[in-house]
Amino acid sequence: MRTLRLLGVGCLVHGKMRFASPTVAALEMIWPLFFATIAFFLFRAGGGAEALVYASLGAAVMGVWSATSTASGNALQRERWHGTLELLAAAPVHFALILLPMTITLAALGIYGMVATLLWGRFLFGVDLPLEHPLAFAVALPLTIVSVGTAGFLLAVAFVRHRAGWALGNMLEYPVWLIAGFLVPLTLLPDWVRPISWALAPTWGMSAIREAASGGTPWPDIVVCAGIGAVYTAIGIVLVERMLRAAREKAALAPA
Amino acid sequence: MAVIEAENLRRTYRTTTGTFRRRALEVEAVRGVSFDVAEGELFGLLGPNGAGKTTTIKMLITLLIPNSGTARVLGTTSSRRGEVRRLIGYIFGGDRGVYERISALDNLRYFAELYAVDPREQRKRIAYLLELVGLTGREKERVEGFSRGMKQRLHIARGLLHDPPVMFLDEPTLGLDPVGARELRGLVAELVRAGKTVLLTTHYMFEADALCDRIAVIAKGKIVAEGTPAALKATIADATVVEIEAFGVSDDALERLRAIPGVSSVSVEDREQAQVIAVQSSTGLELTHTLLGALGDAQIGRVSSREPTLEDAYVSLVTAAEQGAEGAEAEPEPAAVA
Repeated sequence: MRTLRLLGVGCLVHGKMRFASPTVAALEMIWPLFFATIAFFLFRAGGGAEALVYASLGAAVMGVWSATSTASGNALQRERWHGTLELLAAAPVHFALILLPMTITLAALGIYGMVATLLWGRFLFGVDLPLEHPLAFAVALPLTIVSVGTAGFLLAVAFVRHRAGWALGNMLEYPVWLIAGFLVPLTLLPDWVRPISWALAPTWGMSAIREAASGGTPWPDIVVCAGIGAVYTAIGIVLVERMLRAAREKAALAPA
Repeated sequence: MAVIEAENLRRTYRTTTGTFRRRALEVEAVRGVSFDVAEGELFGLLGPNGAGKTTTIKMLITLLIPNSGTARVLGTTSSRRGEVRRLIGYIFGGDRGVYERISALDNLRYFAELYAVDPREQRKRIAYLLELVGLTGREKERVEGFSRGMKQRLHIARGLLHDPPVMFLDEPTLGLDPVGARELRGLVAELVRAGKTVLLTTHYMFEADALCDRIAVIAKGKIVAEGTPAALKATIADATVVEIEAFGVSDDALERLRAIPGVSSVSVEDREQAQVIAVQSSTGLELTHTLLGALGDAQIGRVSSREPTLEDAYVSLVTAAEQGAEGAEAEPEPAAVA
């Protein structure tokens, strides 16, 4: 109960900070629509209605990933610069309970991004989602958001130890768009990239969403996505205390 | 029983320099620091910037792992960090350490959760602390609109949320205006009256003099003296301080002053265009003419002689330690002046 309460209050605090500035909040609202617009124009030029459905779903998850990968590193760096990272590290709780609300909040913003992208596609570009398996779609969508959150959590764990971790988060933003199949099918990628794709939980989430929409077999993808997400979380929980110890050894909690 | 124990703590920072040809650097920040703080005591760690005060505190509160030595709080070593963290409150000075984009109340609620303050007690506890630090009525405002003094008082409230018996205050008056600093010192004195054991770091001598039961002077990572403020002052009881107000004093002239036989330390404070030079020497020596002669072409203003203060004792100890560190490998042993 206490843990849930701590996670809840943590999410509330990080959410309030995220939306403290009306300008930033407005940009957060508009930002996913840029991705969607670019993807729709690209795919409309190159294909038919099916391609637009592909773009619509891909753009929805792209926004979630971008928000999580870049913002989790930046959030940790901001904590470091504001001196709050040391205070958080000095608190008598498992550090995973401090990091999780940050990434959960960021990934939750993705719910808005997904819905906005799908509506944008529907009303501006006339993209009708087929939704052949509504139940699987309803499961795959939040699961994908959670799986992106767990990947963000794993990145945040590394950022605790490494001051320049935020740069890694920024760097990973665009490659994952491709490797996880948000923009192009995995079959178009070179063979050596595939094992990397398979290790990414969002790859399976993306595939599950598309399978559910088009009437394929989404459930195996859903199971693998949930499994890899759980593995990310477990690795993160185990690693976070080690990273924290390394940060205490290297004096990496304070700004340089 | 000692509440805070530092036993031969050592800490080295490793860093690199250069862009293309990177070179490893090692900085020995703390070199064998030992001291004890008794229950209910306000102990001051006094030293110049870079002396090792913050590093020492961070080892005691488990934020840094010492290279060697032992840190204990209420008998619990820093390796059992979960237990230590429940026993201590940590407050540092300056603008950092608060979430500026949310309200003071949200800041306190979040840290109350982190420190497992009973949800049924939180509301009462936060209201009490807001009252204690004089922020009642401002708690729903965003912290970014607070003055530095208000942020510092919010820091204190945050550090007291779980009612810890031991407080670590790292330069809590840093950057505060005189009124804010005085209010904060009053608050620190109140904590001690309430039975807390406090370790305070500062480089303000008058602050240490006014608040601390005992002081350890730290310089170049080593404790160079330890005792009550009165005992530290007594270490230079046989000294005289000549204060010279001058304009345009060169570094060479200051070196000439330091080289005069009988001069134990020379410190300079810039006051607008003027420099106020405090020269310590043994009582009985009449050096004023020699000192003025050594200043060469510098314009001289007021010259006066006075009894030494705690600040003079501090300058003398730190100067001796720095000269010792520069001049020889052998490090000075701490002077026990209690």
